Amino acid sequence: MNLSQTVLGITFENPTVLASGILGLTSSTWKDVAKKGAGGITTKSLWAKEHKGHPNPTIIETEHWMLNAVGLPDAGPEKANEEIADFMKDHPVPLIANIVAGLIEDYAKTAEGLVPLSPDAFEVNISCPNVEDEFGKPFACSAPDAAKVTAAVKKVVGDIPMFVKLSPNVDNIGEIAKACQAAGADGFTVINTIGPGMAIDLRSRMPILANKVGGLSGPAIKPIAVKCVADVYSATDGKCPIIGTGGVYRGEDALELMLAGATLIGIGSAVARYGAEVFAKVSNEMQQWCTDEGIDDIGSLVGGMHKELASRNG
Amino acid sequence: MSSIPLQSRLPKTYRIKEITQETEMVRTFTFDGSLGAAPGQFLMLWLPGVDEKPFSVAYDDGSETKITFFAVGPMSETLAKSKVGDLVGLRGPFGTSYEWKSGDHIALVAGGYGAAPMFFVASEAQKQKCTLDVIVGARGKEHLLYLKELESLKNVTLHVSTDDGSVGHKGYNTEVLDQLLEASADSLIDKVFACGPEMMLKSVLTVSQKHDVPCQLSLERYMKCGFGICGNCVMDPTGMRLCTEGPVVSGEICSKLTEFGKYHRDNVGKKHEF
Repeated sequence: MNLSQTVLGITFENPTVLASGILGLTSSTWKDVAKKGAGGITTKSLWAKEHKGHPNPTIIETEHWMLNAVGLPDAGPEKANEEIADFMKDHPVPLIANIVAGLIEDYAKTAEGLVPLSPDAFEVNISCPNVEDEFGKPFACSAPDAAKVTAAVKKVVGDIPMFVKLSPNVDNIGEIAKACQAAGADGFTVINTIGPGMAIDLRSRMPILANKVGGLSGPAIKPIAVKCVADVYSATDGKCPIIGTGGVYRGEDALELMLAGATLIGIGSAVARYGAEVFAKVSNEMQQWCTDEGIDDIGSLVGGMHKELASRNG
Repeated sequence: MSSIPLQSRLPKTYRIKEITQETEMVRTFTFDGSLGAAPGQFLMLWLPGVDEKPFSVAYDDGSETKITFFAVGPMSETLAKSKVGDLVGLRGPFGTSYEWKSGDHIALVAGGYGAAPMFFVASEAQKQKCTLDVIVGARGKEHLLYLKELESLKNVTLHVSTDDGSVGHKGYNTEVLDQLLEASADSLIDKVFACGPEMMLKSVLTVSQKHDVPCQLSLERYMKCGFGICGNCVMDPTGMRLCTEGPVVSGEICSKLTEFGKYHRDNVGKKHEF
């Protein structure tokens, strides 16, 4: 049973990828997560210069959901370069450099600075819902804006594959994906967190997150992730690989996202429940299910729902 | 070090039941509830509208919780202005705790407000027939904490050190530890626990290793989530998350941490040397 996936020329030993924003602060953590079973690593969002995050509380969780407004803290290019260069020396698994900015030209500037380090791919974060106070509606909420960022980054990254991370908080995710595809996106990460949402403490009558609102993730969001992945897969005719992300805690969750159209599987919030061991857990569960069902190659499942529907419609 | 999986990751608000002024800058707050914390664990304390930071648990007897803190920085200075009856949010308990066996002879080394969690250890360990040598160190007499409380416990021998010599041994508490371990060369002391500034902990590690006695040290790094997901408190070169794999770390693990005693990272991940 083969769990490996080759995506845009990059081979991942298994489809699980550390999602951006989780544990991604240092090269030593990326290596630890890789050692514990992740097929790939995504960095935290990197900025053109140092960016302060939000004050605490930044992350709260119940068994059903997680709400975060960490606010994309980053020490800036000097630290990013040091950590990425250190990781690329050993290079245990593919590294995806996630970049973010408030202005289109800053996306290109950050990407340009990282190109010499040869990350395996870029992920362009145009969809964080918890920095709206600072930057307004994310670029991912408008097809023309999303396409502009995509084109600007593509111009500087050249042959390095580029995934665009999309927002579920739109009513036309397929249309937005199509616009990005036309502007040069090689693949997509679907989805970023939902909302934003809010939680209020009853006795103090105060919102718990310092930022008041934060992106929703966790088990509850999986059905929305499945639907968005299916929409993006259809809109791009299955031609752009998708990192399906949202509510993956078990092998079955990952397989469901693959049937919707994902080639790789992002895992984030589940790290809070199972630790970095979650990557091996999900991979093993996928492998077990496939073995039980007599499936030899995990890649054969990608987009399986679309193929099944098409065959029934004859 | 084992961690307790059952923890609250959503703050719940409690009322401040009692405030004790320990020294000019140090206060102990008692809250009207328990998180079920073990000695060495920490909680996240939220001041609505201000900030949320990690605090060592100074005491948790199953019905109330105490923290002892030094008013330094904007959050703890605001906290210091709180009054009895005010609301604060607590979540946790998080992280690892000190571990001992019934009947152990343990040396506890406390620097500054590290005396608070060491008192929690001592009060629990003496219930399990442990023998305790507690070394409390501070810059001067006026900064010493928890002496009376420690003295009131059974099976506790108290040692005091001050940098200025105003009371007890003149010098560092780790010098007293060295003497104690030297005197108990036939391994009367089973283990060493320490809580205090990192340079003190580094010295405790060196002294413990010299006498071949295992130690458990409570480290500090910038923490946000407290439950091992944000990655802000990771340590080089293993990438361990201090909030879940610490804060109490064995000397063996500590000696593998290349950043121990050298640098720590701030809230954006930038390195700062000690």
